[in-house]
Amino acid sequence: MENQEKSKSRFKANRILVYVIGFVVVVAAGIFIFYLIDPTLSVFKPDDSKESTYVEKSNIKDEYNEVTNGIHVRTGLIAADGFMTVVNNCTNCHSAKLIVQNRMNEERWKATIKWMQETQNLWDLGENEQVIVDYLVTNYPPNKKGRRQNLENIEWYALE
Amino acid sequence: MKRRHFVKKSTLVYFSALLSADIVFGNFLPANYTPLALQDPDPFKLFHKDPEMEVLNDKPWNIESKANLLNDAVTPNNSMFIRNNGNIPSTIDVENWSVHFDGESILNEKTFTLNELKSNFKQYTYQLVLECGGNGRNEFNPPAKGNQWSTGAVSCATWTGIRLKDVLDAVGVKDDAVYIGYHAADTHLSGDPAKEPISRGMPMQKAYQEETLLAFKMNGADIPLVHGFPLRLVAGGWPASVSGKWINRISIRNIVHDGAKMGGDSYRVPCKPVEPGAKVPEEDMCIIESMPVKSLITYPKTGAIVNLGETININGHAWAGELEVKTVEYSIDFGATWSKTKLEKPVNRLAWQQFSAAIKFPEKGYYEIWAKATDSQGRNQPMIVPGWNPKGYLNNACHRIAVKIS
Repeated sequence: MENQEKSKSRFKANRILVYVIGFVVVVAAGIFIFYLIDPTLSVFKPDDSKESTYVEKSNIKDEYNEVTNGIHVRTGLIAADGFMTVVNNCTNCHSAKLIVQNRMNEERWKATIKWMQETQNLWDLGENEQVIVDYLVTNYPPNKKGRRQNLENIEWYALE
Repeated sequence: MKRRHFVKKSTLVYFSALLSADIVFGNFLPANYTPLALQDPDPFKLFHKDPEMEVLNDKPWNIESKANLLNDAVTPNNSMFIRNNGNIPSTIDVENWSVHFDGESILNEKTFTLNELKSNFKQYTYQLVLECGGNGRNEFNPPAKGNQWSTGAVSCATWTGIRLKDVLDAVGVKDDAVYIGYHAADTHLSGDPAKEPISRGMPMQKAYQEETLLAFKMNGADIPLVHGFPLRLVAGGWPASVSGKWINRISIRNIVHDGAKMGGDSYRVPCKPVEPGAKVPEEDMCIIESMPVKSLITYPKTGAIVNLGETININGHAWAGELEVKTVEYSIDFGATWSKTKLEKPVNRLAWQQFSAAIKFPEKGYYEIWAKATDSQGRNQPMIVPGWNPKGYLNNACHRIAVKIS
């Protein structure tokens, strides 16, 4: 009889434990799903769906890394995926102007990084290397120029 | 105490020279203070350059001129291109500046102060072409790596200095000497004090030429800081990187100098022609020496509109590395027909030559005026971009300007 009482109360305790565990699991799953949808976990999340809204907000919030018309103003780099990795790794020694005026394919951007590591004290980029190369190849790919281009950007004026 | 005063005073003089103005109340400047003007974020004011010039790079500073800014026979500072591989030296102590001569093939290792170099050796003045090896790089296909120079990385100023050969004679050179290598006061972009941004040089035969100078004056005045104050090499007709700036050491080598930017793809082109975009092994690359024949139409500026029946008077310069330019022709029909221009003799060897022509146009429309120079060995400028090379050197394709006849 006593045993029966004991096992009854134990069963009760176990049930409470199961409820608690179940509650924790549900909450954790909820947070996880929220995280999947919004990795920043921030209520101050910028609205990515509207580029112009983002630009206006960034003017107020962070003038140092201001982006206008898709260009990172401070460096002149295209503000696309991975550009801050490029800013942080590539503009310590040289100007971003050197990046912006060059056009290369993946193989030659990689060879350029290797040359900088071998001769110019560039550090090991680790996982960032592929981020940087992908950014460069996407935003600064070679353009086909042929053997002689048309004269362009001519400012016409009357010669006296 | 006295020395400190002296150093401060000479630094002040140097700042004043940079600004081409006296610094009023200069005595009250705190030590180690850089005048505000030298911190000016406007590079055109900072370096006294024409605002029409184009900044290709601001770390390190590389600024390109434009064809129409180069119309003077003697290039003034305000339209001379700037090419740097590293950081411009932040302090220059002119009074104590010296150049150390050493190397495997020197007989008597020796240090000369700048004042000794100026007073112990005879001074000479020449007008010399300095052209960046990568001038015209922006036309190569596939694109070549580096600053994308267009047509404005060339100058021909008047340089005054002593002949390098006179100093070489003074220190003595062994028979096994192959090359001289320079070392300078500019600093590496990474901040690593053990690294030199650039340390190139030239074969003995170029070092012994009469026009190869250790120069301390440009166009009759102290060389502007960004162009190598207080002392630089000037080796006309060769890639301008041979003409090191801020020189403080010269090594006489028994091998081809192996300093920074002497190897790899730097200032080297494939020894044998390669297909565009090819990978070239290091051992198949050869150091660029004399630059190829080239010309530039400096007047009028591209984009001129004139009425039918009017004449356009063009002029410009032509140069050919170690050689003289024999003829310059122009075409207004994309090279179908060519006409001769009037061509002047160079004022001295390795100076550029002036050409001019009066052009009439047959009917209204869009034209391009093309200029084509031919050197004393009969080689002329190609109308299309010449042989591809990994770093895009030696583009001497004909220069063109656009005109409209209305």
